[in-house]
Amino acid sequence: MILAIPLLAVLAALWCAIPRAGRAAPAVTVLAAIAVLSLSIRLLWTLSGGGTLTVIRGWVELNSLAALLLTLIALVYATAALFSWGYLASDATSESRIRLYHANFNLFAFSMLSIPMLNEIGLVWIFVELTSLLSILLVSFAISADALEAAWKYMVLTLLGATIAVLGVLVLYWALHATGSTEFTWDGLHAAAARMPHALLGFAFVLLLVGYGAKIGLVPLHTWLPDAHSQAPSPVCAMLSGIETSVILYVVLRLRNVFAGDPSLHVGAWFVVLGLISVGAAALLLTQTQDYKRLFAFSTVEHMGIILTAAGLLTPAGDVAAVWQLLAHSATKSLCFYAAGVTLIATGTRDIAAIRGLLGTSRFAAAALLFGALAIGGAPPFAVFLSELAILRAGLLAHAYVLVALLAFFIVVAFFGLLWHVTNMVAGPPESEPRRRRIPLTCAWALLLAALPVVILGVWLPQGLAQALESAARVLGAA
Amino acid sequence: MSLLSELNALALGLFIISTIAMTVTRQIGACIQIFVVQSLLLAASAFLLGASTPSWHLIALGCVTVIGKAISIPWLLRALVPSEIHRTRELSQTIDAPTALLAALGLTLLGYAFGAHIVGAAPNLSSGNVSMGIAALLVGLLLLAVRIEAVPQLLGILAMENGAFLAGIAIAPDFPLIAELAIAFDVLLLGFIVALLTRAAYRRIGTTEVGGLSALRERIK
Repeated sequence: MILAIPLLAVLAALWCAIPRAGRAAPAVTVLAAIAVLSLSIRLLWTLSGGGTLTVIRGWVELNSLAALLLTLIALVYATAALFSWGYLASDATSESRIRLYHANFNLFAFSMLSIPMLNEIGLVWIFVELTSLLSILLVSFAISADALEAAWKYMVLTLLGATIAVLGVLVLYWALHATGSTEFTWDGLHAAAARMPHALLGFAFVLLLVGYGAKIGLVPLHTWLPDAHSQAPSPVCAMLSGIETSVILYVVLRLRNVFAGDPSLHVGAWFVVLGLISVGAAALLLTQTQDYKRLFAFSTVEHMGIILTAAGLLTPAGDVAAVWQLLAHSATKSLCFYAAGVTLIATGTRDIAAIRGLLGTSRFAAAALLFGALAIGGAPPFAVFLSELAILRAGLLAHAYVLVALLAFFIVVAFFGLLWHVTNMVAGPPESEPRRRRIPLTCAWALLLAALPVVILGVWLPQGLAQALESAARVLGAA
Repeated sequence: MSLLSELNALALGLFIISTIAMTVTRQIGACIQIFVVQSLLLAASAFLLGASTPSWHLIALGCVTVIGKAISIPWLLRALVPSEIHRTRELSQTIDAPTALLAALGLTLLGYAFGAHIVGAAPNLSSGNVSMGIAALLVGLLLLAVRIEAVPQLLGILAMENGAFLAGIAIAPDFPLIAELAIAFDVLLLGFIVALLTRAAYRRIGTTEVGGLSALRERIK
């Protein structure tokens, strides 16, 4: 039953690959995604109290953190599938290309759904590489010069990271082997961590942090991210920014405690410094950009930095806040890219300076964009506001006052940067005669559905979800 | 020193030389051929270590390397990438060949020293594999930075991966085989996707000098 979660995505991909099935491809993808979402929510319900569900011992094992992540992936998968339907139709894409897009899209979802389910570190690495490989052709889908450039940069930097990470994985296996254990799983690693040779552990840590860091988009390895996340079709951007980066960050967070036991590695300090550099650099770059999709892409770099900083506190409160932020960011960022997508449909340009008076051109796109910017910037009463507050509070509890001050400052800079650009686009009289294009119904629905968790989680954290957050943070296991 | 380990040392020496040669070879077709040689040397090292350990895992990995990297990647590149590109001589590298050669030698020494330092903890190992693996990883990175054509950039990534596995066969000889098979599958998929991307770039923008593309960036007002 659990294995059905990734398999449904593969089946949907196979269906879409059949030449005759062309017209049904979008519908099949949406149905598969909804089925995956309902299975994931059921799983989260079962595991929210804690405990482990073993499907294949040593290979596929799930806990509350994995279930939470699966639900997030499934949520964005479902809304992105719905959004793709109308988005591709509005672009007059040929039927065979729509079919190929959906086949690839489902496979991409499959690669991400597999990562939280897997327990074997070698396999986790393979699926991390697969997330890159299966999304390259989605990034280049427009086959324009810009899209090809973005896809190439994305390919080179993320695979470079993966190659560095694979050496890290091998060195980690070596270190595990030196302790006499061969159980290359999350639990096996945690159990043996204290006995691993110091030099190997340090080497593996650096390789894995750099390798996976490139894939998360940590500054200075972030240069591919704004390119890929702005050139891909908007629903793909929602998947890339909303969940792909989060899934890889999940892998880094789970590896954290393997290394955190060795005080000479200063794992917490590394996380905090890299996190703060990413937050700061992204907040400043965000104010400079001239493309509203890049604006949201830089905001992803910022949020990855915030989560990494929270995890670097190495406290239970920091972990709860980090997982909470992971959840809030994924839900909100996908919404932002749908808003960017409808704006693109309504105006035909990604250039911030070219759009003035969006409120007059398309009231729906303007409202969505403003809503997205406020929500991701961390304005109350939305989900990100509460999770960012939890992170700042965790920092104060850990007496990391400088960290809290810097983080708060960068968050405020990013907030005003986002709002400045978006209000410039939304307000004022339209500069030129608008080319009115109707926003497809499925796009509007996807946007509204994606907005639901952002609003609800901003005012009310259901008991079951709060419990799931607590037990997910226990899986990360800060001392 | 047994005959097998002496042969392994020879394979390692040739491996790093072939990696450096890829960095300075201008013609793209020749670059692919050197990559085939490099992959065969990785396989040879896996066979030799596999025979001396003895380990079926390593023999299997050697076979996977021959099929995946020495046969399939060149085949994919020939089948999917337009033949004009194979004959191209890449003249506009970011740094000239002598400088690149010097940098590659420096990186090799660095990798060697670092590998020797790391291996200190576990003396039973083929330390040459770790040193040369790390050196090849660094030289592959240089190759990626120096070349601006699409195919050599792909070969840079694959050369780095070969380096990682050259170290891997010494430090993790019993790494689960299922992972190795999947890694081989990843390599094929990578070759396929990059070949498609290269072909699309050639047809759409008329160049495969992907390193020179710089339309996407922040413009400071």
